[in-house]
Amino acid sequence: MNRETVLELAHISKHFGKLIANDDISLTLGKGELLALLGENGAGKTTLMNVLFGHYTADGGQVSAFGEILPPGKPRAAIEAGIGMVHQHFTLAGNLTVLDNVMIGTERLGLLRSGRKQAAAKLRGLSERFGLQVEPDAFVADLSVGEKQRVEILKALYRDARILILDEPTAVLTQIEAEQLFQTLRGMTDTGLSVIFISHKLAEVMAASDRVVILRGGRTVAEKRTSDTNRAELAELMVGRRVVRPVRTDQAPGRNILSASKVDIVEDGRKLLDGIDFTVRAGEILGIIGVSGNGQAALGQLTCGLRGADTGALVYDGNQANGFSPRMLVTSGTGRIPEDRNTEGAIAEMAIWENAVLERIHEKRFSAYGFVNRARCRDYATELIDRFDIRGAAPDTRTGLLSGGNMQKMILGRNLAASPKLIIANQPTRGLDEGAIAAVHAELLAARKDGAAILLISEDLDEVLALSDTIQAIFKGRLSAPLSAEDADSRTVGLMMAGIWEASHAA
Amino acid sequence: MEALDIFATASLWSAVLRIATPLIFGTLGALICERAGVLNLGIEGIMTLGAMVAWMTVYQGGNLWIGLLVAALCGGLFGLLHALLTVPLGLSQHVTGLGITLFASSLTYYVYRLSLPVTSSPPTIEPFQPLAIPGLSDIPFFGEAFFTQTAPTYLALFTVLLTAYLLARTPLGLAIRMTGENPHAVEAQGLNPVRIRIGAIVAGSALMALGGAFLTTATFNSFFPTMVQGRGWVCIALVVFASWRPGKALLGALLFALFDAYQLRLQHVIESAIPYQLFLMVPYVLSIVALVVMSRRAKVPQALMAPYRKGER
Repeated sequence: MNRETVLELAHISKHFGKLIANDDISLTLGKGELLALLGENGAGKTTLMNVLFGHYTADGGQVSAFGEILPPGKPRAAIEAGIGMVHQHFTLAGNLTVLDNVMIGTERLGLLRSGRKQAAAKLRGLSERFGLQVEPDAFVADLSVGEKQRVEILKALYRDARILILDEPTAVLTQIEAEQLFQTLRGMTDTGLSVIFISHKLAEVMAASDRVVILRGGRTVAEKRTSDTNRAELAELMVGRRVVRPVRTDQAPGRNILSASKVDIVEDGRKLLDGIDFTVRAGEILGIIGVSGNGQAALGQLTCGLRGADTGALVYDGNQANGFSPRMLVTSGTGRIPEDRNTEGAIAEMAIWENAVLERIHEKRFSAYGFVNRARCRDYATELIDRFDIRGAAPDTRTGLLSGGNMQKMILGRNLAASPKLIIANQPTRGLDEGAIAAVHAELLAARKDGAAILLISEDLDEVLALSDTIQAIFKGRLSAPLSAEDADSRTVGLMMAGIWEASHAA
Repeated sequence: MEALDIFATASLWSAVLRIATPLIFGTLGALICERAGVLNLGIEGIMTLGAMVAWMTVYQGGNLWIGLLVAALCGGLFGLLHALLTVPLGLSQHVTGLGITLFASSLTYYVYRLSLPVTSSPPTIEPFQPLAIPGLSDIPFFGEAFFTQTAPTYLALFTVLLTAYLLARTPLGLAIRMTGENPHAVEAQGLNPVRIRIGAIVAGSALMALGGAFLTTATFNSFFPTMVQGRGWVCIALVVFASWRPGKALLGALLFALFDAYQLRLQHVIESAIPYQLFLMVPYVLSIVALVVMSRRAKVPQALMAPYRKGER
C-alpha cells in the first residue's frame, strides 16, 4: 500500500562537540502510519526528534511536513505545521490544572480574557473521541503517570496535530497501560493521524508498528516493514552484533540467607506490605514480579535497610530482627542495587572513584586516620571499570556523564566486586538497552554461580522468567506462594501479577 | 478594656489601609516575579529607590502622579537589570537580588546627597491628600475608616484585582504561571519563557517601586535613607504567607498592617509599663506565627529559583 508522505527528514546531521549524534539521517512518514524508531540508548533517536520538532537546530539537512520546509530551531513552526511531540520527560506543570496545561500557548498573549469554557469543551470532545479520559479541572500533580501521558497527547491533539511524535512513551508505563496506549495510537492512525514512536523495546515495536527504522551510532542502519522482520533480526540490527541473553543453568541451592515471615509495613493506616513471607537461599535467585506500585518500593526499602518491619521478622544468615541498618548490611556482605540509580544508586555530581568507594570508605585500604587514600580509591575504580566493562569512564569522570547502562554496571560492579552473599536487585535493568541488559543478567548469574543469594524485584516478565529459580508475584502488598521455575510460564505468571494466584495453582 | 477599645476607633482602620498600601504594592510585585519563577530580593533597594525618585520628582516641581510614574520606570529599570542577570545569564537569584538591593539603596542615597548636600532636617513636599469617596465616605465609622484614603491606596486595591484577574483569567497570566512551574513546558508549546520572565520581573519591580513611592508621597512627605525599614523583606515573607495568590497577599498585608497600627496605639494605652521596643516586635512575631500556620501547605511554584536554559533539563 502506498501512502501519501506527510513528513520527510532529509540528510539530517547534528553534532554536540565531538559527538556526532545524527549522521546524514533521512526518513519519511506516511499518512496513517505507525512508525517505530528503534535504537539503543545513545543511538541518536531523541536528538533526531528534537531536530524535527525544532528544539535543536541541525547542522545540515532539512525537515518538511505536508510538503512545506520547516524553518529550523522553531518549535512554534513545527506546532503550526501540525506536529505534536510527547517528550519522555513530561513537560507539564503539576500545580496547574489539566486545562491550564493544555491551553498554554494556544491563545494570543494580548487577549484580555481566555476562553476557558470553549477550551474545556474542546478538550472533553477530544478526550471522548480518542478514548483518553481526563478531568480538565484536575491538578496534574494528582494524576498517575499514565494519565499525565494522556494529557501530553491531548496537548498535541488540542493543537490539531496531524503528526504525533512520542519519545519512549512506554518507559514509565506499566504493561497494561502500555497496551492501552498502543491501542489508542492505533485508533488515531485509523483516523488518518501519523505517529512516530521511539523505543528500544523489541516486543512493543514488533507488536505495534507498521514499519520500523533502526538507528545505530547516529546512522540509519535499516528500515523494515514490521511484518517482514522478526525480533532476533531487529535485535541484531539494533546492537550491531548478535545479542544473546545469558541462560540460567541448574544448580542446587544452599543454606537460607534471607527470609521474611509475616512482615507488615504500614504507612498512614495503609498496608504497603501485608504479611509477606519469602526465603532466598545461597546460589538461588528469587524473582519478585509485579506491576510497579504494588509494594515493591517498600520491599526494596525493607531489604536494603532503609526501614524496618512494623510486625513480623526478618532472618538474615541466622540473625533475627525486624530490620537491619544499611551499615550492618554492607559490613556483612550485602550488595544493593536500588530501584532508581540516579537518585539512590549513585551521586551524579561526584567522580566515579568517589561513587565506587562510597559504601566502603571506612575500610582500612581506602581511608585511615580520617584521611582518604585517593590513589587506592582510584586504583579500585580502575579495577571496576576494567572488570565490568564500564565504557566511557575513567576514575575521575563525573558519574552523571555515564549512560544509564554504564552507570548501572558501575553500581553492579561496586556491589559484586566484594563477592557478596546476598544481592538485592530492584529493577536492575529498567531503562537499559538490549546490550546492557544482557551484561547485567550475565553478572547476576555469575554471582549466583558463586553462591550469592539474589532477591530480584522486577516488573519485566521476560527478565524474571529468564533469571529466577523461584518466582513470587507481588500484588497490593501481598506475596503469592513461591512458584518454581519449571512450573512457570508467562501466562501463569501474568495471572499471578494480576493477583489471581489461587487460580493459577489450579491451572 | 482600653486595649480592646482601640479596635472600635475608625482611625485605627484608616491607618491599617494606609500602612498596608506599600506592602500591597511590594507583595504583588514580588508575587508576579515569583509566579514567573524568579525570586527578586532587590525589592528592599527598589522600594528605597522608588521612594527617593518619586519624592525628588515632586520636590523638583513635578506632579505627584508624574512622581509615581518616574518611580515605576526606575523600578522597572532595576528590575530589568535583575532580569538580565538572573534569566539569560542564569546567575544566583539570591546573590543578584541582594546585590541589586545594596546597589539601589546606595545609589539612591548617593543621588539624594548629591542633589541636597547639606540639610539638617529633610525637606518636605505637599503629599497626596485623602480622597473622600462621595456617598460611601458619609457612612458613619466605615466612611472614615475605609473610604477617606489617598488615591494611591485605592490604586493599590485596584491592582490586587487586576493582578488576580491577569493571573487567573488571561492567556498572559497562564503563561506567567506556567513559566514559574515548568519553563520547558512553555517552550515546548512555542512560547519564549525567557521573555516572559524578563517581562514579569520588570513589571513586578515597577510595582515594588510604587510601594516605596507611597512612603514619600503619601505617608512621610520627605525622604530619608532608612525609611523602607525592612518592608521589602516583609513583602517577600507575605508572598509565602499568601501561597503566591494575590487575594491572600492583600489579606496578609492588611493583617500585618493591623498588627502594626494596633501596637502603635497600644503603646499609648499601656504607657511605660512595658518597653516600647517589645511592641515594635509584635507585628514581626505575629507575622512569623502566621507564616508558619498559613504556608505549610502552600503550593510553591515548582521552577522558582531554577534558571532556565534552552535545551537543558
